[in-house]
Amino acid sequence: MHRFANPARFMRMSQIVLPWLTVVTTLLLVAGLVLSFVAPPDYQQGESVRIMFVHVPAAWMAMCAYTSLAAASAAALIWRHPLAEIAAEETAPLGAVFTGLCLVTGSLWGQPMWGTWWAWDARMTSVLVLFFLYLGYMALLNAFDDPTRGRRAAAILALVGFVNVPIIKFSVDWWNTLHQPASVLRVGGPTIDPSILLPLLIMAVAFTLLFATLLVVRMRAALIERKIRVLDAAAGGALG
Amino acid sequence: MVSFKALLLRDLRLAFRQGGDGAMAVIFFVLAALLFPFGLGPEPEALARDAVGIVWVMALLASLLALDRLFQSDWEDGSLDLMALSPLPLELAVLAKALGHWLVSGLPLLVAAPVVASMLQFDPAGLPRLVLALALGTPTLSLLGAVGAALTLGARRAAVLVSLLVLPLEIPVLIFGVAAADPAATGDGSTQIMVLGALLALALPLCPWAAAAALRQALD
Repeated sequence: MHRFANPARFMRMSQIVLPWLTVVTTLLLVAGLVLSFVAPPDYQQGESVRIMFVHVPAAWMAMCAYTSLAAASAAALIWRHPLAEIAAEETAPLGAVFTGLCLVTGSLWGQPMWGTWWAWDARMTSVLVLFFLYLGYMALLNAFDDPTRGRRAAAILALVGFVNVPIIKFSVDWWNTLHQPASVLRVGGPTIDPSILLPLLIMAVAFTLLFATLLVVRMRAALIERKIRVLDAAAGGALG
Repeated sequence: MVSFKALLLRDLRLAFRQGGDGAMAVIFFVLAALLFPFGLGPEPEALARDAVGIVWVMALLASLLALDRLFQSDWEDGSLDLMALSPLPLELAVLAKALGHWLVSGLPLLVAAPVVASMLQFDPAGLPRLVLALALGTPTLSLLGAVGAALTLGARRAAVLVSLLVLPLEIPVLIFGVAAADPAATGDGSTQIMVLGALLALALPLCPWAAAAALRQALD
């Protein structure tokens, strides 16, 4: 693992991987969106079931991104890898956007289905807390004059906030909530019809790859930015 | 153990001689809670229904008041460095500081809460449960607050930032604290009391550990 933690090696490898990743992501995203509109309407939810093709993958990515954020933060704290620090830093805004997307689409689906934009049930509340944890992480990251101190404090916050992820996952099992219980990843197989499950899974893979693509782009940009700053400092600020 | 006691007594002595934070938290708690009859209107039924929520939210906000100063003054005058160098593990030093914070700003709330709740027309039969829930919940608030205070040590606008970080993490305490004493809830609230105890039992070892890690980063 330490072999891949070298920023120069990361730049070389990501340059090769990135075009492929972008192409596959685009293809899957287009295929997923087309299938989402082709899929038959649900017998109960009607056309609004199509919101689920964005909502569910966004919710998965919100949790997946926070898990990666916590893992990268742990790696940054334990091994002090600069690349892990950058990965954590660049994951947070992406995770916040996925969480926001999940909250907004859920709200749009809830209005016709439940008759309300928002309900204070356990899963929605814990996802809202997740959103605030992302915001708190980013606020803490930028709150110090010394960026290193901000990064380490934010990394500890990311680890503390990780307690929320299992709460989100199991909230529908622990509490009798308005939000429906797990229907894809459950013991005894999914309870969703294949005609809807297939587009959902394709969208989930597409969202995962989209996250990976954007993360690689952001990490590359951050590394280049750091390099420019070092060059600028060496040139006495002449580069502006 | 001796140095733990010494640290705790030092914090309490500082708090009482300076006479600031502890009294301020309780005055803020009472004053802010008594704004609600003006905001909501003085109807006894409406107030009685919302009394538990008002008391809990105000207790939560009152616990935030002194947080930004929890480690700040020790950090500025260098005593935090001495604590880190002392044979007492930094985790225990954090625990002593959090305990001091609770004794100064949490414990007086337990005394003030029945008075405030009664003024908000809360049913007196529910008072013991409310105080028990606060007794189990407010130490958790102090422990979580210590993590936030340690993380924001030396940050710009630390006082605002610490609320932003700590409030989302304190939501579970608020939910179960209110449910434990809510007159509208079914059952006797013992489940919620047990959950509050479980949250405290989790926070007691984990929060000092996280806060000490954050302090070590600050002292690096």
